[in-house]
Amino acid sequence: MSMRLYVSRDAGAVAVGADEVALALEQAAARRGVAIDIVRTGSRGLYWLEPLVEVATPQGRIAFGPVTETDVPSLFDALASNTPHFLRLGAIDELPWLKRQTRLTFARCGVIDPRSLDDYRAHGGYRGLERALSLGTDAILSEVTASGLRGRGGAGFPTGIKWKTVAQAKADRKFIVCNADEGDSGTFADRMIMEGDPFLVIEGMTIAGLTVGAAKGYIYIRSEYPHAVEAMNAAITAAKRSGYLDSYIGGSKQAFDLEVRVGAGAYVCGEETSLLESLEGRRGLVRAKPPLPAHHGLFGKPTVINNVLSFAAIPFILAEGAKAYADFGMGRSRGTMPIQLAGNIRHGGLFETAFGVTLGELVDDVGGGTFTGRPVRAVQVGGPLGAYFPRALFDTPFDYEAFAARDGLIGHGGIVVFDDSVDMRRQARFAMEFCAVESCGKCTPCRIGSTRGVETIEKIMRGERVSENITLVEDLCNTMKFGSLCALGGFTPYPVLSALKHFREDFLPAPTTLQAAE
Amino acid sequence: MTAVYEPCYEPWDETRGAEIIAEHARQEGATLVILHALQEAFGYVPEAAIPMVAQALNLSRAEVHGVFTFYHDFRHKPAGRHVLKLCRAEACQAAGGDALAARAEAKLGVSLGSTTADDRVTLEPIYCLGLCATAPSAMLDGRLIGRLDQKRLDALVAEAQR
Repeated sequence: MSMRLYVSRDAGAVAVGADEVALALEQAAARRGVAIDIVRTGSRGLYWLEPLVEVATPQGRIAFGPVTETDVPSLFDALASNTPHFLRLGAIDELPWLKRQTRLTFARCGVIDPRSLDDYRAHGGYRGLERALSLGTDAILSEVTASGLRGRGGAGFPTGIKWKTVAQAKADRKFIVCNADEGDSGTFADRMIMEGDPFLVIEGMTIAGLTVGAAKGYIYIRSEYPHAVEAMNAAITAAKRSGYLDSYIGGSKQAFDLEVRVGAGAYVCGEETSLLESLEGRRGLVRAKPPLPAHHGLFGKPTVINNVLSFAAIPFILAEGAKAYADFGMGRSRGTMPIQLAGNIRHGGLFETAFGVTLGELVDDVGGGTFTGRPVRAVQVGGPLGAYFPRALFDTPFDYEAFAARDGLIGHGGIVVFDDSVDMRRQARFAMEFCAVESCGKCTPCRIGSTRGVETIEKIMRGERVSENITLVEDLCNTMKFGSLCALGGFTPYPVLSALKHFREDFLPAPTTLQAAE
Repeated sequence: MTAVYEPCYEPWDETRGAEIIAEHARQEGATLVILHALQEAFGYVPEAAIPMVAQALNLSRAEVHGVFTFYHDFRHKPAGRHVLKLCRAEACQAAGGDALAARAEAKLGVSLGSTTADDRVTLEPIYCLGLCATAPSAMLDGRLIGRLDQKRLDALVAEAQR
């Protein structure tokens, strides 16, 4: 019997050498005449341990990591002779970092072979669709509504209401669009699930299509994610071959077809109306709302547009029932959130947990503080448009309303950690600069405001009329916040104002040390 | 060691361009799809292709030019033999990306967004590769590199210059 090993094919693992490790394992096995079978999975999300190698044993999978090419021979010797190895982490399911999570959406990610539809089905895949087919539109809509699922892209709009609006709309054609334009720095959950469990996204979108009466879906993936594009395309081909896409879905009379479209490096296309324009083949200019995409979306037709993680949450909700999902969470934030710990962090990766965990627990406890070992000074939550929080706000629970109450947002669930070497003036300036570069140009507060913001913060950096210019930046932020068409111009003030509010000392001129009189 | 991968593009050819356009023109909202396909074949989107795309999709040249210039990905001229992209977004900034970008600029003698005089290396910023838990990150001709440090960066720069 051959030895079964698991090595991730996730882009994050490949970037730190997973392909080289897999190759070295094959070569070492060949030299020793040992038969091995390497399954390339998605990532478990414990990125500081990548490349992670897991070995199937009668006691479950045993993990080793982080493994480099040079560790492979000794690893092999240890496996063959069943002796200890310095990289042995023990049973993967017993690692505290994984054990304390609630993996509803990411249950299969890192476990199964993402290229195998059989593996997906063997691990509970397509049970959600099966139940959906037996329920019918109204019952599905009440399940999704009762689950309390809110848009995981950042806006947090109730998914059930969005679907219901499209289901009730009358049109000759309707569309399902998956927003996989995950442009926020510090976020990678969409990428991970597309690479590690792509059938889950397909299943979620298929359920949406059957529910609202749409026969065509698009997944708009950013061009910076070539591995995800490849994984989704391979999964779509496999699903078509097995009767899970195109006509007669799962043996029913309904049809649903899926297509991947690739973005072209515009951050603003993560905004839903800009994304629709881009899908239609135009400049990614934001549309004024109303009309909402649910009424007037892709090609002017009623459209469900949701984030990858929203669609990925659907199969669990249908398979296990709304209550099983809604039992997790706090307040109006129900279910789990795949949180991404990034930047200068010791234990970076994906941590899926029920809403309600505090920021401090996530950063200090789960994340283990900074990678550099210096004190954590600031964390940016929710991507480039999210606020910078100081340690004083680490008691904030991870919840849409709790973050909003403190002038922040959870966005797509990314947390970027900075140590005490950070200069918050530079971060504020970068927020404005990023907005200036990425602005679609349609509305004035965003297009002009961001450039004026960069200039004014530069004046502050040069020490020119500092307090007047700080007031000016604050005023400008208010104009952008309330006058912009979309979240790009409207939310860029979050990082800027939070930096000014919580890290004011960075903006004031350094106190000059007076020389003692001779 | 990974073999040095060198992107290989066809020289611009009108007939070939027309073929590529025709292959995708029937899809709904095909403009970006076609521009991507042209760039994949030729390494950039040749000026001469713009009116051809416009005609195939029954759009004005201005509309296609507008789409072409809106998106950061589309190139107006061929890149250098190797393209080194450094992530400059917040997670990589937090992990020391600023200093690495400055080092790459100094080593190559060009600023981000430009190509060395010998046309060997194009150095570009990229805003997030989604490798934020193994920051800082980079991409050399489609190959991803995480946990970048001075030593790894120097090796990448040397590889790109070969």
